[in-house]
Parts: sequence; C-alpha cells; structure tokens
Amino acid sequence: MPDVRPGTFSPSGDPALQSRPRSGSSEVGAPPRAAPTGLTPPRAPAPGEERNAALSPHLKRLQDESIFIFREVAAEFAKPVLLYSIGKDSSVLLHLAMKAFHPARPPFPLLHIDTTWKFREMIAFRDETARRLGLDLIVHTNQDGVRQGINPFDHGSHYTQVMKTEALKQALAAGGFDAAFGGARRDEERSRAKERVFSFRSAAQEWDPKKQRPELWSLYNGRIRQGESIRVFPLSNWTELDVWQYILAENIPIVPLYYAKPQPVVERDGQLIVVHDERMRLNPGEAPEMRMVRFRSLGCYPLTGAMPSTADTLPAIIAEMLGFRTSERMGRLIDRDETASMERKKREGYF
Amino acid sequence: MVEMSATAILADAPPLLRLPPEAGLLRFLTCGSVDDGKSTLIGRLLYETRALFEDQLTALEHDSRKFGTAGEHIDFALLMDGLEAEREQGITIDVAYRFFATDRRRFIVADTPGHQQYTRNMATGASTADLAVLLIDARKGVVTQTRRHSFIVSLLGIRHVILAVNKMDLIDFDRERFDAIRAEYERFAADLGFASLTAIPLSARFGDNVTRASANTPWYEGPTLLEYLETVTVETDPAAAPFRMPVQWVNRPHLDFRGYAGTVAAGRVRPGDALTVLPSGKTTTLARIVTADGDIAQASAGDAVTLVLAEEIDVSRGDVLAAASAPAPVADQFAAHLVWMSETPLFPGRSYLFKSGTRTVAGSVTAIKHRINVDTHEHLAAKDLHLNDVGVVNLSLASPLAFEPYATNRTLGSFIVIDRSSNETAGAGTIDFALRRGTNLTWQHLDVDRAARSALKEQSPAILWFTGLSGAGKSTIANLVERKLHAMGRHTYVLDGDNVRHGLNRDLGFTEADRVENIRRVAEVAKLFADAGLIVIASFISPYRADRAMARSGLEDGIFLEVFVDTPIEECQRRDPKGLYAKVAAGQISNFTGIDAPYEPPENPEIHLPTVGHTPESLADEVVANLHRRGIVR
Repeated sequence: MPDVRPGTFSPSGDPALQSRPRSGSSEVGAPPRAAPTGLTPPRAPAPGEERNAALSPHLKRLQDESIFIFREVAAEFAKPVLLYSIGKDSSVLLHLAMKAFHPARPPFPLLHIDTTWKFREMIAFRDETARRLGLDLIVHTNQDGVRQGINPFDHGSHYTQVMKTEALKQALAAGGFDAAFGGARRDEERSRAKERVFSFRSAAQEWDPKKQRPELWSLYNGRIRQGESIRVFPLSNWTELDVWQYILAENIPIVPLYYAKPQPVVERDGQLIVVHDERMRLNPGEAPEMRMVRFRSLGCYPLTGAMPSTADTLPAIIAEMLGFRTSERMGRLIDRDETASMERKKREGYF
Repeated sequence: MVEMSATAILADAPPLLRLPPEAGLLRFLTCGSVDDGKSTLIGRLLYETRALFEDQLTALEHDSRKFGTAGEHIDFALLMDGLEAEREQGITIDVAYRFFATDRRRFIVADTPGHQQYTRNMATGASTADLAVLLIDARKGVVTQTRRHSFIVSLLGIRHVILAVNKMDLIDFDRERFDAIRAEYERFAADLGFASLTAIPLSARFGDNVTRASANTPWYEGPTLLEYLETVTVETDPAAAPFRMPVQWVNRPHLDFRGYAGTVAAGRVRPGDALTVLPSGKTTTLARIVTADGDIAQASAGDAVTLVLAEEIDVSRGDVLAAASAPAPVADQFAAHLVWMSETPLFPGRSYLFKSGTRTVAGSVTAIKHRINVDTHEHLAAKDLHLNDVGVVNLSLASPLAFEPYATNRTLGSFIVIDRSSNETAGAGTIDFALRRGTNLTWQHLDVDRAARSALKEQSPAILWFTGLSGAGKSTIANLVERKLHAMGRHTYVLDGDNVRHGLNRDLGFTEADRVENIRRVAEVAKLFADAGLIVIASFISPYRADRAMARSGLEDGIFLEVFVDTPIEECQRRDPKGLYAKVAAGQISNFTGIDAPYEPPENPEIHLPTVGHTPESLADEVVANLHRRGIVR
C-alpha cells in the first residue's frame, strides 16, 4: 500500500506566516545579497511597485508562457498536483504557480517524493515554504523500499527506480492525480529536449517517446481517459541561466545549499560528496575534509556532487556560472549509467 | 574577490551565459529532407557558439565512435537525436528544441524530422517558429520533401525562409549549381507568400558559411547563416491590432473577487476600456488589470493577466474578451486549411472536438473542398484525408466561436482537431474565413414546435439508439419494443440499418467514409422524427463512439438514449441469423465489425442489455420499463 500522508500544513490566515522572512533572518530565508558585479543588478521591489517593469522582456515572456500553461492545466484537469522537488527549478515553478492564480491560491497541492536521503536543509526549506505560502503538502516515501533497506550505496540505479520512480507512481496513483507539474527544462538533457509541454502518460504512467501527440502553437490537448495522465513542464523553454536570473530578479527564496559554505566532503569518482550524516559510508582510505563548496543541482546527498566555490550570493553564483564548462546534470550521478539513461528512466515514469 | 573573478570570467564565457537578459529572441526551425544535414547544422551552430558543455562534448565523442557516420569527425547529428531509437536508426523522429546565443540575439531552434512519416512533428516545430531554415542537399537539389516542408512552413504562417544549400563541399562549391537550385526554388516558392527568401551556400560538416565566411565560395557575397540569423527582422507587432483575450480560467477565490485570467492575444487594454464578451455579444467595462505584482495600468499582447470587469456579467472559459469598438467576428461555419496527423483518416460528417484559443467544441468537416498536392500545389478531389494530407475544408461547429483569420492572428485563427475516441491530436488547421451561410440561410421559426406536437400525442419524444455487433439482437428487440409501445397507443417509428440502405442511403457503400455518412443521415432523420413528436427506434451497428456522439450532439438531455445490446462475438457467430459470419469465415466479406473492423462499446449507455441468458421478450420489457421510469411513456 502506498503511504501517502496528507500535508501537515493547511492554509493559514496568519499574515506573519505569509510574509517573506527578512533577508538573512534565518537559515531558510531570502537569498543573501551582494553588490552588483556588472550583471543584472539585484534590486528589492518596494511594496506596491510594479515589479514587472524590472523584468527583462525575455524573462517576462518566459514567465507569461509558463503562467499560461499553469492556467490551461487548472482549467482542463480534474486533479492536478505540483511535483515539488525543493531545488531551484521547483522554487521557480512554485513562484510561477503563485503568480498564475493570484489572488487565489494555486488549485492544487504540492507533492514531495521523499527518498529519506535528502539533505536536512532541503526538508526544512520544504516545510517552511509550504507553511509560508499556505499550501497543502503531500510527502510520500516508498515504504516497501524502506522496509527492504534500498539505499543509494548498495543498489545503484535500482535505488532510483524504487525510491524515486516507483514512489512517484505510487503517490500519483494514490492521489488520483491526472496532471503533474514538473520543473524539467529542455536544455537539461537531450531526451528532455524532445519532450512536449503536455507529455502524455499511459495508465501505467509510461512515456512513449515515439508516439508523442503533435503539439502546435499553444493549443495543448488535455483530453485523457480514466487512469491516464499527463506530466506538464511549464519551464520547458527556460535555460539554467534564465532560472537563476529570474530568481535574482524576483527575489525567490532557494535552499541555502546553493550558496557556498564549508562542508565535510570526500572525493569520489571525480565528484565531491558531502558527508551529510552518519549513514554516509566511507571507503577505505577516505577521510572527510572541510572545503568551501556549494551545489549547482540538488538531489539525494550521496548521489549529488558539490562544487568547490566561494559564491555565497546570487550575483556571485551567476558570475560563477559564466565560467562553467560542464552541464548542470554533470553533478548528478544517476545520469551516468549510460548514454540513454535519462530516456529510459523517463519511459518508466521518472520525471 | 567574487566581483573580480566574475569580470574576468565574463569575457571568456559562452554567449548564452554572457548575453544580457534584454537581448531579443528568434525562434526558428530547420527542415528539409532526410540526410540533408539538419541536425549536423544545428550541432555545428551550437558547437561554434560554444553552447555545448565539456561533458556534452565528451558524450558526443563517445557516441560518434559508437554510432557515428562521420568517420573520424564528430557526428553532430547524434547531439540532436536525443532518443535511443533515433540514434540506433540514424534518423530524426521527433522535434528537438535547443538553445544558443550570440552577442546579439538568443535563439531557440527546433530541429525537425525529415521523413514524410513524421511530418506532424515537423509541423509541431514550425508552429512556434518565426523563421525556417530549409536545407537542401546540393547534390540532389529541390526534392519532394523540400516542397512539402515549404508548403507547411507557408501554411503555418512563417514568412521568412533561409534556403541553406548544404553539402557544397561535395559539389566542389560549384556556383552554377547553387544558382540553378536557388532559381528552381524561387520559382516553386513564388506563390507561398514568403516576405523574405535568402539562399546561402554552405557545408554544415566543415563549417563553410555557417558562422565564418568560406574561402571556398569567393563568388558568394552574402552573409553567413549566423550573421543572417542575428540580423533578420521578423518582428510583427501584435499589440497594434484591436484587443483580444481568450478567457482561460475564472479566478474566484472568494465572493468579493471575480477575475478572468488569460493571455492577451492581440492589442492592448486599459482600465475604463469598453469590452465585448464573445460570442454572447454582451458589453462591459474593464475595471482592473490584476497581476501578482499588483494592478497594472495597461496590458498588451503576450501578457498573462487577470481582468476584473465593472459589471457582473456571464463570462466563462472559452469566451473571448474583445475591444467593443472592434470586436472579433463570430461564426460556426468556416473555410480552413487542415493538415491531417492521424493514422485514422478524416471523414466528412464524423464528429470531432475542435480546440481554438481556450474553447473546445464538437463539430465536423462538412466538406473536403480539395486535397492539395504539396509537390505541385494541384487541387485534387478527395473523399477523405489521410496521414500528412493537406486539404481545404468546410467546418461546422456545434456552437459559435470568436475568431480571426490565421493570417491576422495566430492565436484566434488556429485550431487542433481531437479524435473523440482515442483523444489523439488528429489534425491541425488554420481558419481562412467564415462561411456566411447565416445571411441567406436562417432557421425558420415555426409556431407548432416539438412540445406542441408531442403534447398532442400525449408522449415525450425520444431516440432509442440500439448499438451492438451484427447478430447481437438489435433488430429483434427493437421490433418487440415498437410492438409493445404501439400496443400502448404510443407513436413510434423504427429506422433499421438494412431498410434505410434500400432507399435513403442506397448510394452508400461500406467504406469507412460511407459508413460515417450513413450514420449521419440516419441521425438527422431520427432528429426530425423526434422533432415531430415520435419515439424513434434506430437500430444500427454504429461501431464508432465518435459517430454515436455525433448522433447525440445537438439534442437536449434525456432525448437520446443509447441502448447497448451487449452480446459477445462468439455468441453472435453462433447465432449468425443472416449467415454473415459464415461468409466472413469463408473470406467472402472483409471489414466486418468485430472480426477485422473495430467495435467500440458504449462507455455509459443509458440502457445496457446483456443478452446472454435472457429472452428478447424480457429485454424488450426492460426497455419499456426504463422508458416508464424516465417519464417518456406514462
């Protein structure tokens, strides 16, 4: 039996909980700020100010395209859900959802698939975000996998299959969700470059990349039969840099792990893995050392490589990005099994 | 110091990262025949604009050794062909979207498949593009697929085309050959309505004239492909047209707020502007433009907003809010171009769903004016449209639609066709103009109406639509039901599948197109008889849900009752009252429902009659009892 427990957070009328935490007031707060570096200067909007005036035409166009997609799904589907994975893309996705339905709340809950191997900072940020925005949060863990002791050290890609893909399918089926929003972008990976905005899933939640529905203009076909569903990707046309520039322009809170700080790490297969808790298994000869690191992409801690960095502000992160020579998913060990890895996982139901 | 390193890095960064967010965006597609080098060209553009990361290049080198067809060189096609099946077969199946930028512009490029089989995926990529790069293999010149893609590019309203004459290295950069190809293409494209057509000789594989002017083509003085992409002007200003906004979602968080969320499709609007709600035609005034960042003073084309109206009037999803001074036209009959995208052909008369803007309505193609030979632009007579056919058709929708011709506005002039049974996107079309049948063909109001006619008969009219396999028992039960109703003094008429083919439908055969027309005519007759106050009993195999939905469409609830005579195929074969199953088994009949043609059982029939273990008499009684419960007979 899938174990889906309803969110502990209900919409709250307390304005104190809904206002954004002040900059630097807590670990989970608005991003720290620094002086401009010649890039888009950071600016905090004054209350009542027309903030869109500050948004570049390019980001405005991306934002409005995403809002259109959110509204189309809300109008055509009985039970949507937003797959909230806590990372920067999810932060942008959620921000866009809040905008799309303002002044109403988004007419769908958040769903987090908790593999039990996420960083503590991610879980704290998740709970704080749901509380701050007054949204329902569903957290689901594949209890079968937990009972079998499936873990990222012993089980490799089987771990991803059980604790992420299967868990997701369980939660979507248990909730009866007919549309699930995800933060995937076409620039991330080449099988994603092929995916539609409305991506059809069979009753078994599988993707058939060879039989995608034609998708012309912005006329999305939302017709499905009982049991079938769609995955929706409002950020399809965003790039990694767009995401960061939008976070900066809109002052969107992100998990503090994106900012550089000293962490105990070991180097493994060319990746810096943070020794996050006592469950981390050290190989013979490995000794954690403190290094200044941050994350470009967030996942399960034993599978997510950190990068050496001193960038502890958004402008510094963006400045650092300009020098990147490797893609964002380079730090995600699950993508490395084989060339067609992502496509296979997606066909099986991975996001 | 972060600031220092940022500045240092900035100078060395790939353009996609370095470009300020203010830079404009050009969306284009590459198209053309298989093996003309589309994917190679985009791979080259990404590589030379440094839009590729090191790990992506490493993977590409690895793949080039494994699957590549470029010998020692990197096979850029492998970068674009993101699906396993594509890499294994060495073909592009579906459109891929990639991102790159230069110092002047950012680009989204759609790499589309060349195979005719995947034309619908090419159309998907073309529908959101401002410009097309049409590749031609210099050795082969203009081929069928060049012409097909050009036609679809033109149909979807793309007005700027680059003719990229590729593989010039394989013809020794022969100028005469290049000029001949250009001249041939210009002749062909003369009537396609392109605003600009620029031919560039290049070699995607070696980079000639892609981003750098080639020493191999001293006779060519035009821009490189990239220079041209950076500078071409494709902008139109949709904000200059009268205001239009399809309503997407009604925002009603509490009793004190009611807003209409949507994206402005054309023009601009300010609070205080007079608006017309279409198709109802009611007028109102705009009170507020709400966004999450506060109210704004003006919204223009492309803005996603929520509009609050001054007066409480009825507005729902699918309506269009338009400038009261220049409202959009409203119609339910259209002439349109249609690209068919389904393996199942389009038949006139069959019911489909049409989605345009935010409105989805039932409707059908009433006539195929002609099919277009995309190679020669000839007009051909057609009874149906098959996968990848392009036709000019007349559409009839069940309810009116606010629209603009596609040439005026893409959002209000485009539509997709959805198969009611499979839900697939079966076609895509562009509205040319409304058919103004309404001006010379109006509905004549008659004083004696259905209520009056049926009151005289002391009954409620109904259509009992018996569906089921051949030999299921439809006609037997229908006959008994009519006898019972007749005995009760009710006024009835039976429309029988075999009987109507002796008269009304004797010109129709058993092709799928004719079967659709057969059902359409019977459904219309049934509606007339019901309008006359009769209880109509129609007994037809009617295997397709879409056709039964068509028969039901336009009737008020409670009149059309679907009666599913549910007999397993084995039992029908055993009964075989007309000896037809024996003929099928002997190979004398094909396309027989339930054997080699599909039967789609009703999903929610009003009356469900499993026949096994029941007599026709008891089943007929069950139908009559059901009519009693519904108040149709008293």
